[in-house]
Parts: sequence; structure tokens; C-alpha cells
Amino acid sequence: MSQMMTALQPLHLALLGIWGLLIAASLLVWALARSRPDKDYSELVQRTQSWWGMIAIFTAAFLLSRTLSIIVFALVSFLALKEYFSMIPTRRADRRVLFWAYLAIPVQYYWVADGWYGMFAVFIPVYMFLFLPFAMLLSQQTDGFLKAVGTLNWGLMLCVFAISHAAFLLVLPLPGAAEDGASGAGLLLFLVFLTQFNDVAQYTWGKLFGRHKIVPVVSPKKTWEGFLGGLATTTLLAVLVAPLVTPFGPLHAAIAGALIAAAGFIGDVTVSAVKRDLGVKDTGALIPGHGGIMDRIDSLTFTAPLFFHFTRYFYT
Amino acid sequence: MTRCLQYLFFLSVRIAVTLLLGLNIRRRELLPKEGPAIIVANHNSHLDTLVLMCLMPLSRIARVRPVAAADYFLRTRWLAFFSTRILGIIPIDRSGTARSRDPLAPCHEALARGEILILFPEGTRGQPEEMAALKKGVALLSAKAPEVPVVPVFTHGLGKALPKGSFLLVPFFCDIFVGAPIHWPGSRPDFMAQLNAAFRTLSHEKTFAPWE
Repeated sequence: MSQMMTALQPLHLALLGIWGLLIAASLLVWALARSRPDKDYSELVQRTQSWWGMIAIFTAAFLLSRTLSIIVFALVSFLALKEYFSMIPTRRADRRVLFWAYLAIPVQYYWVADGWYGMFAVFIPVYMFLFLPFAMLLSQQTDGFLKAVGTLNWGLMLCVFAISHAAFLLVLPLPGAAEDGASGAGLLLFLVFLTQFNDVAQYTWGKLFGRHKIVPVVSPKKTWEGFLGGLATTTLLAVLVAPLVTPFGPLHAAIAGALIAAAGFIGDVTVSAVKRDLGVKDTGALIPGHGGIMDRIDSLTFTAPLFFHFTRYFYT
Repeated sequence: MTRCLQYLFFLSVRIAVTLLLGLNIRRRELLPKEGPAIIVANHNSHLDTLVLMCLMPLSRIARVRPVAAADYFLRTRWLAFFSTRILGIIPIDRSGTARSRDPLAPCHEALARGEILILFPEGTRGQPEEMAALKKGVALLSAKAPEVPVVPVFTHGLGKALPKGSFLLVPFFCDIFVGAPIHWPGSRPDFMAQLNAAFRTLSHEKTFAPWE
């Protein structure tokens, strides 16, 4: 019992740190909105309020149980996939196939809860990948077949397979990690916190110093100043918090931080490219001030699998 | 007893709609809070009625009355019980044989009692996510109760989630666009023109993902 308490404490400390940061950010936004009543900060305020909701859900699931946390990630995958299917062109004949794709979510997260890595790693990229086109051809509608099966598989990979890597961190066996305070939960917290922090950091650096655009056609607001500023801040923060919740030494912590910053950026602009192709501004309207759930987890779809394999390769 | 069943039914519908579908409602504040009022919507799916009823506060659910075809919703004893007691439909005889009585009389009575009617002026669910010509029944109702606001509501996505003839519900986000209330302008053609224009505007408010 006392051993468990000492093992849990750094995690609680990290959560407290996140709440502290949230409160500080909220006060800053509140002060900003008060000092400049002539300007419209309603979106920023809404955004901050939504952060409270998201962090509250995440903290509650995190503290209550591992299974509950896995269910929360399954729900995130479900909402993201639903948003994706509602956004892309679909064929009437494929309704049943979309239903099968949704069913892949509970199955995939069952492998996570079970800790069955082999099945977790192949179920969607092998079995679903081969099954969905078969299910689709049964309707014998070949017009638009390739496009339909392509978009379907891509959505499943991004919304379910990629995101489930974050949840798998919870069950990842880490030999000898318990002594130094590291745990699967700590790694998940590290990944999600740094991914979201990097989004905010890149946005803030870009807003303050952004001049040179990176991919103006895809995302006109993304600048080198924002990207590099975010990368530096996130890497620095990774090195500072890694000893608390991860088994990483300073070098690996820096690499993980830089990896999260770079992959997060790529995930963000990839979803931007999809939105631009479809001619929509937001992927949905689920989270006030942020847009849809895909707008919030776009970076995580890229950071989760890459961070997962980085950790798995070096630490298990 | 049936009140209690109705309450429980709509509570579970609300949870299912939130989880499986997810509604994105524009201008919810334009929905009538008190009756008498008429809500008119496009019709693509059996989900339409349930979702529109979910937009009303649960405490008022007994005062919200979908207007539906008697020949379809009273087919069997059980369906009739469910339709009239749980959904609270006002059954309309659309055969046109009993000319002695105005088929819309139960609707006039409901409005007189201060209830909120839900009407689908396309008459039937038809082809999913396509609007058919509007029928004039709603104009007849409005002409007799010119003080009652007629609120147009356009929904998109429900026909994809559960189209006519299918029993498999596939989750999709649903968009709901509430329009400004229409008041009886004095003549039937004017009324129908206003209603058609309202639905045209609402349905063009967003470009929807193609569904071939």
C-alpha cells in the first residue's frame, strides 16, 4: 500500500501542475478580456472554458481507473470517426460497411485493455484493412469503390488505430519503472500534456512573432517562428517534467519532446489539408471555441503512435 | 403510468441521440417554448420525430404532439399504443374517404389546448436527404389559427443514419437549423411561398458532404 502511494505521488503532482497551469492561463485570459473591453475575446474565453471541461474529464478518468481511461479514449475515437464520416463524401450503399468500421472501435480497445500487443498492432492495419473492401464489394456497386474504401481505411487508421496507441501506453509493461516513479499512466500524461501544450505554444509563438509561412496553401497561420518556438518550449518542458513521470533520461526526454512537437505540427497540418479539400473550416462543433473533436486531437493522431514506438523500442 | 413510461422513453432517447448521433443545433432559441405553436420540418427518417421531440424540455414532452398518418402508425394494437400514448401522436386519416369531418380537426383542437404540433409537410419520408414538394395541410392549419407561429426546422444527417426501409442505425452527426417563425400572411400561396423560401435558405446554410 505504502509502495503504491509513493508510486502514485509524482503522477498526482503532475496533475496538480496541469491544473495550476490551467488556472494561471484562465486568470491571464480573464485579465486580458478585462483590460481590453474594446476587443472581442469571446472565442478565447470559450476555448479556455472548454479546456476546463476536457481536463476535468481526463483527470477524473485518470484517477478513477485504468479501464475507465481506456473507455474514454475509445469514446474519443468514436466521436472522431463519427465526425470524419459525417464530413467526408460517403456512398449510400456503404452504410453497412461504415457500421463494421464503428464496430472495430470496441474490438481494438478490447485488445488494449487486454494488453494483447500483437493483436492490437495488426487488427486494423491487417484484418480490418482486408475485411472492409470485401464487405464493400458485396453491394456490387463499383462506382467510386476505390475512393470509398480508401477514405474509409484512412479514417479508421487515423481516428481509431493511431489514437489507441495513446491508450496502450497505460498497459505497456515497463521493467523496473516502478522504482523511479514512471508508469504507463505517467507516459500517457506526458504524451497528452506535451501534445496539447505544444499546440498552444506553437499558436502563441506564431501569434507573437510569426512572419515566415511554412505551408501557406494548407494552413496560412502556421509559421516557422511558431513552429520553432513551440519546438524549443516543448523540448525544454519535456526535459523538465520527464524525471517526474517517465523513465527517460535528459537526452531521451529531449528527443521525445522534439518528436512530439514535430509530429504534432504535421498531424495538425494534415487534418488542415483534409479540411481544405472538403471545404470546411472546422471538423465539427462539439467543443465550443475549438471546433470539432478532430480539431483538438489532430496532433495526437501523429504524436501517439510515434511516441509509443519510441518508448516501446527503448524501454520495454 | 403511461406518463411515466413516456418520460422514461424520452429520457433514453435523449441519451441515445446524444451518444450515437450528436446534434449540432443552430439558433435553438428560436424554438417555441410555449404552445400553441407549429414546428414544420423536412422528413427523411423515423428519427426525425424523436430528435425534434428531444429539442423540447423533457417536462413539456406531453404537450408536444407529432402529427402522423393513422394508416401507418395505428397498424397494429401495440404500435397504436406506442404511437398515441408514448410518442403522443395526433393520428390523421389521409385516405380522404370520411369527408364528413375535417381530417385536421384534431390538430385544431390540440392548438386550441395550447399544444405544440410537429408537422412534416412533405407528407412522407421519401428519398433520403432530398426534399419533396411541400403539401398544403400546414397552410390550412395556419389559416384557421393565424396567431400561432409556424417554426421551420431543417435537419440533415438523420436520413443517412436511418433511412426509410432500413433497421440498421449508423451513427452520423446531425445538423439542425431552426428558422425564424412565420406568421399567417393572409393567403395560402403567400404562406407556401414563405415556407418554401425558409426551407431553401435553411438547407443552403451549410454545404453538406455528398451522399451518393
